[in-house]
Amino acid sequence: MKALTFAAGFLAASAALADETVLTVYAPDYFTSEWGPGPKIEEMFEARCGCDLQFKPGDLLPRILLEGERTEADVVIGLNTDVTKQARESGLFAPHGQDLSPLTLPVAWTDDTFLPFNYGHTAFVYNTERLAQAPASFDDLLNAPDDLKLVIQDPRSSISGLALVLWVQAVYGDRAQEAWAKLAPKVLTVTKGWSESYGLFTDGEADMVLSYTTSPAYHIIAEGDLTKKAAIFPEGHYFMVELAARTATTDVPELAEDFLAFILTEDFQSMIATGNWSIPAALSADKWPEGFRQLDLPETVLFYSEDEAAALRDQAIEAWRQGLSQ
Amino acid sequence: MASRPVAVIAALAVAGLTLGPVAAVLARAGGWAALGPGDLDALRFTVWQALLSALFSVALAIPAARALARRRFAGRGLLVALLGAPFILPVIVAVLGLIAVFGQNGLLNGALRAAGLPTVSIYGLHGVVLAHVFFNLPLATRMILQGWLAIPAERFRLAASLGLTPGALFRMLEWPMLLRIAPSAFAVIFVICLSSFAVALTLGGGPRATTVELAIYQAVRFEFDLGRAALLAVIQLGLAMAAGLVALVLARGTGFGAGLDRQVARWDGQGRAARLGDAAWIVLVAAFLLTPLAMVVARGVPGLGQLGADAWEAARHSLLVALASTALCLAWALPLATRRGEVLGLAGIAVSPLVIGTGLFLIVRPFANPFALALPVTTLVNALVALPFALRILAPQAEAVRRDFGRLSAGLGLTPLAWLRLVLLPRLRRPLGFAAGLTAALSMGDLGVIALFGDPDRETLPLHVYRLMGAYRTEAAAGGALVLLALSLGLFWAFDRGGRVGAEA
Repeated sequence: MKALTFAAGFLAASAALADETVLTVYAPDYFTSEWGPGPKIEEMFEARCGCDLQFKPGDLLPRILLEGERTEADVVIGLNTDVTKQARESGLFAPHGQDLSPLTLPVAWTDDTFLPFNYGHTAFVYNTERLAQAPASFDDLLNAPDDLKLVIQDPRSSISGLALVLWVQAVYGDRAQEAWAKLAPKVLTVTKGWSESYGLFTDGEADMVLSYTTSPAYHIIAEGDLTKKAAIFPEGHYFMVELAARTATTDVPELAEDFLAFILTEDFQSMIATGNWSIPAALSADKWPEGFRQLDLPETVLFYSEDEAAALRDQAIEAWRQGLSQ
Repeated sequence: MASRPVAVIAALAVAGLTLGPVAAVLARAGGWAALGPGDLDALRFTVWQALLSALFSVALAIPAARALARRRFAGRGLLVALLGAPFILPVIVAVLGLIAVFGQNGLLNGALRAAGLPTVSIYGLHGVVLAHVFFNLPLATRMILQGWLAIPAERFRLAASLGLTPGALFRMLEWPMLLRIAPSAFAVIFVICLSSFAVALTLGGGPRATTVELAIYQAVRFEFDLGRAALLAVIQLGLAMAAGLVALVLARGTGFGAGLDRQVARWDGQGRAARLGDAAWIVLVAAFLLTPLAMVVARGVPGLGQLGADAWEAARHSLLVALASTALCLAWALPLATRRGEVLGLAGIAVSPLVIGTGLFLIVRPFANPFALALPVTTLVNALVALPFALRILAPQAEAVRRDFGRLSAGLGLTPLAWLRLVLLPRLRRPLGFAAGLTAALSMGDLGVIALFGDPDRETLPLHVYRLMGAYRTEAAAGGALVLLALSLGLFWAFDRGGRVGAEA
């Protein structure tokens, strides 16, 4: 059976070499691993386009900015709102041409270039067996005893870390640095990226970890583990969305647009929840997988437009740095 | 003798591969940019933690190496081989291993709690230094151990027949050797700690533990401020070269002249106090290094079954890269194995991997598709990064061979090839084995430079482990880390063993 699959794959690959149009898609590193959404996206899209979709994983924006107009990318998938301003100003991306009415995001979305495919919110995730009573609000968290230990990510090296400082900025405004100073004794450590933090949390090193409202879905669906929960704060949670766009330089613009249209189809949207452990951007909640419908989600969603975020970013990072360095 | 043109080519290759990418990044940026807020704080912290880390690593390594040099016991060979292990683990895996021992819920605090004592926190400057000592103490120990083993056996025999006191023996034989070896071991460790990033951040506990490398990461990946990245990379390079030059000046001493080129047993250090002291050092060092490793193994076993075919394919790629890097690195190191070559070699670990990766991407891109070059570029950069270690290990012995046998060989009119085959290589066998083992193991564990060269079909094992962690597969990632540890150690052991066959070490 394995040999057969291999032979079939080999034949398909040779056929692809022969005459199929290639759609080159740049994606983040985690996308193309066997547990990422990449392989399923490739399979589903190739079945409908009769083309060869090739993922090129790695640093998305730095690479495309280095390549400029000579980039091979036709489509880029997995960008975040914190880089869209820079991406837009590079002039390397073209309008997506999609009807945005199917979107089910908790914020209004009218961007004509960057198309959302899934979203989540920043949240502190905890283990109910270890922390029976999670803080009920952000204020509660700031005032919690100092032996409640958190691990967070550095806003200078991690997207979720940056979202956290913007979250604190949105909740506390001018008092952000003060809030950080209050949080400081509870911050066990700061890591380079999300993976390091989450590893520390699952090893039992900290009580709460900065992650996403959707993290518990992984534990529910993949492990049947109901003990991981996101603490929901009435002050609201920062919204994080992942985006796709087509390049202005693509030599297969129709195919690139077909791919963007595919992102909004129900097929793609039903797959992405468990493929990327995020909430689909264009799928009503009753069609979400069971584990996702069980999630605690915030009623208030906080979000900065890319211009606001760009204007506040340095200030928010500096408040974090000063507040935690005291 | 090793011919000069070859050495010049090897030196130019190092300079080109380190300065070239920096220049490419700078050219693309269109000029230097200013430093950001906090960059000076970061610089201060970087230098301070690197100094402390190098100081503690070398200071602790001296008694440990001495104990290992003069004791023979069951399991000594295994312990010496395991000393390579911490150095080669992916950073995140080693850090999780350390935290399993020293963390909030670690073994140490568990024991303290059971004894009714207050617990200790690993997070802070002391945690950063602890982790760097964990990584580098074994390396320093092995380097200094090589120095001890390179003292001609005749000197110890002479010292014994003259009835030298331990103090006199130390002054006459051991101190001159340490003076030659320790400063450059210090320099190598200082430079490697300069570019520390994830360790410093994770164990440093917050923004106070910011290093220059983090600022470079932020500049390249988040702000696309290549001018600032290039400036920071040059500052880092300057610091490293300064450390190298200081070591070059300090590391004087002329060695011991030629012996009969063989190893014999030692007569000194047989007193009761010396034995107990040595035993205590060996036990302490072994416990400090092996307990976190044992935790990595214990955490990894349950995840082994979860590894898929991709993991084994990634392991195969990593093995190929490691073997190719080793061959390349040794061929590169032999002509450069002199004191000046050693300083130059430091450049390989002094320039930020991210800047090298970005620069190589810019250089390669007009000529070839970077995606197809992911593995060759990794091989090349791994060889470059391992070069300073290989040089540090090979240089003292290579210089001694040149000094002791150079005139004789010139008198015999040996061709360069015959010199290499008959004189140099046989005498470098032990350091060559060690250097090859270290290079191979380092390349297995390396990540870093190819963030821009991604290719889904050419994944390496460390990358696979990181991707597993990124996809919530913590347990499978621990399994992958165990495979990585086993493969790296296996390679290290095989090469190192090969270098010691027939040598009484």
